[in-house]
Amino acid sequence: MQAYFVKKLLMLPLILLGVSFIVFVSIRALPGDPARLMAGPEATQQAVDDMRVRLGLEQPLPIQYAGFLMDAVRGDFGTSIRSQKPVSEELASRFGATMSLAAVAYFFATLIGVPAGMAAAVWKGRAPDQIVMIVAILGASVANFWLALIMMDYFAVQKGWLPLLGMGGPAHYVLPSITLGLLPMALVARMTRSSMIETLEQDYIRTARAKGLGAFRVYRRHALRNAMIPIVTIIGLNFGGVVGSTVVTETIFNWPGIGRLLVDAVRFRDYPIIQGVTLLAVVSVVVVNFLADLLISVLDPRVRFG
Amino acid sequence: MQATTGEKIAFRLRWLRRRPSLVLGAVLVGFIVLMAILAPWLAPADPYQQNLMQALLPPSADHWMGTDAFGRDVFSRILYGARLSLLEVALGVGIAVMTGVPLGLVAGTIGGRTDHVIMWLMDVLFAFPGIVLAILIVSILGPTLINMLIAIAIFSIPIYARLTRNLTLGLKQLEYVQAARALGAGRLRIMFDHILRNALGPIIVQATLTAGTVVLTAASLSFLGLGAQPPTPEWGAMMSDGRNFLGVALWVSFFPGLAVTISVLGFNILGDGLRDLLDPRS
Repeated sequence: MQAYFVKKLLMLPLILLGVSFIVFVSIRALPGDPARLMAGPEATQQAVDDMRVRLGLEQPLPIQYAGFLMDAVRGDFGTSIRSQKPVSEELASRFGATMSLAAVAYFFATLIGVPAGMAAAVWKGRAPDQIVMIVAILGASVANFWLALIMMDYFAVQKGWLPLLGMGGPAHYVLPSITLGLLPMALVARMTRSSMIETLEQDYIRTARAKGLGAFRVYRRHALRNAMIPIVTIIGLNFGGVVGSTVVTETIFNWPGIGRLLVDAVRFRDYPIIQGVTLLAVVSVVVVNFLADLLISVLDPRVRFG
Repeated sequence: MQATTGEKIAFRLRWLRRRPSLVLGAVLVGFIVLMAILAPWLAPADPYQQNLMQALLPPSADHWMGTDAFGRDVFSRILYGARLSLLEVALGVGIAVMTGVPLGLVAGTIGGRTDHVIMWLMDVLFAFPGIVLAILIVSILGPTLINMLIAIAIFSIPIYARLTRNLTLGLKQLEYVQAARALGAGRLRIMFDHILRNALGPIIVQATLTAGTVVLTAASLSFLGLGAQPPTPEWGAMMSDGRNFLGVALWVSFFPGLAVTISVLGFNILGDGLRDLLDPRS
C-alpha cells in the first residue's frame, strides 16, 4: 500500500513538469515576438528589450525552460501586463475569494447531497428515490450560468432580495454558491445513493438490524461511514470541475476571484497572468486529488492493507 | 412459428418500455436534430436580420420567443443554433475520439515504455481543469468557434485514451485474443479487429455522455466571449447578449439556455440508457 502512495507521490512532480512544459511552450507558440506580447502593446522599445533580457529569449530554449521552472517553483510568475504588479501578488489577493466561494458551495452540496442520496437509497424505487434521481440528473445537466441568470433576474433585479454582483456579506454568497454547488450536489447525491444501496445489502447491516439497533442508527453509524468512501472520491475527483466552473460563476457574478482574473487576462492578452492562473489551478487540482486518494485509504482499510 | 407483424411491434414496444432512459434521451436528442435539419423551413425569420424598430419585444404570436436587442427573432436564431450545437458535438467529440482511442489502443496493446509515456501525457492533460486548459489554448489560437472546439477536444482526449487502454488490457487477456495471437495475427489486426470492435460499446457510451459536456462547455466559453462570436446564433453567445437585459428582457438569454439544458439533458439520459444496453461492465 505504501508503495502505491510512494509511486503516486513520485508521479506528482512528473505531472507538474509536463504541465509547466505545456504552459511554457504555449506562450512561445504565440505568433509574433513573445517579448513584445509579454511587455504589452503599449510598451516602449526599451521595455520590450528589457523584457527580452528578463525572459532570456536569446538563450537556448532548454535554458529558458529551466529558468521559467526555477522562477515558478519560487512562486515568481512574472509581472502582470495590465496592473504592472507581480503575478504572485495578484493571485494571492484573489485566491481567498475563490476558495471561500468553493468552500461554501461544497459545504452545502454535501449537506444537501448526502442526506438526499441516503433517503433515495433507503426508499429505493419509491417516491423519494425518484424525486432525488430526477433532481440529480437535472442538476447535472442544467447549464449553471443559465440558472444563474434566471436567479439574478428574479431574486436580485426584480425582487431585490439578494445582491446582484460582487463580494460582500453572507447574502452575496447565496446565488454564486448555488450556481457553483449544483453539479457537485447532484454528483454527491447520486454517488451516496449507489454506495448506500450497495452497503445496505451487506451482511453486517443485517446483523446490526437483527441485534436490535434502530434503523436510523444503523444508517448513520454503519452504512454512512462506509458509504463515505465513494463520496470523498467524487468530491476529490470533481474538484477540477469546480475550479473550472468558478471561471464562469465568477465572471457572471463579478466575483473578485482567480477565475474572473483569468477571463479578464485573456481579454487584455495579459499572458503572465494566464500562465500564473493556469499553473495555480493545476497545482491545486493535483494536490486535492492526491489528498482525496490519501483520505480514502485512511477511511477504507481494504485499500490500506489490500 | 413465425411471429406476426403485430407481435413483433408489441415485443419491441415492451423492450422499449423497459428502457425509459433510452427512449427519453433519444427523443430529446432527436428533437434537437430535427430542429437543426428543419431550421430553414421552421424559422419564421432570417436569424441575422436586424430590425431595430422591433428590439427587445417580449414573446408573442409573431415572435414566439421574443426578439433580441437588435430586433432579431430569438426563435429563428435558436433553430439555427441547433446546427452549431450539433457541429460542436461532431467536431468536439469526433476529434477527441479519433485521437484518444488510438492512443489508448496503442498504450494497452504494446505496453511497456510506450504505455508509460502515453499515459503520462494523458495524466498531464488530465491534470488541467477542462475549461482552464481550453482558455489557455483559445488565448493562444484566438477566440473562434473552431479554435474553441479544438481546445475542447484536446481536454477530452485523456478520457478516451484511459478508457480504451483499460478496456484493451482486459480484452487482451481473453482467450479469443490469445488464440488470434497464437494463430499469428499481427498487432494491428489484433488491435482493430479483435480489441477495438469489442471496446466499441463503452466508447460509444462515453462519447454520448461527453457530448453533453461538449455542448455545455462550448456554451460556457462562447458565453465568456471565448468561442463563437456575435452575430453567430450560437446559444452561449446569445445568452451573453441577454446578460445586459436582466430584469428587462430575460427571454433573450432564457430560451437559448433552455435549449442548452435540453441538449445536455438529452445526451446525458441517452448515455445512461446506452450504458445499460451496451456496457457489460455495469
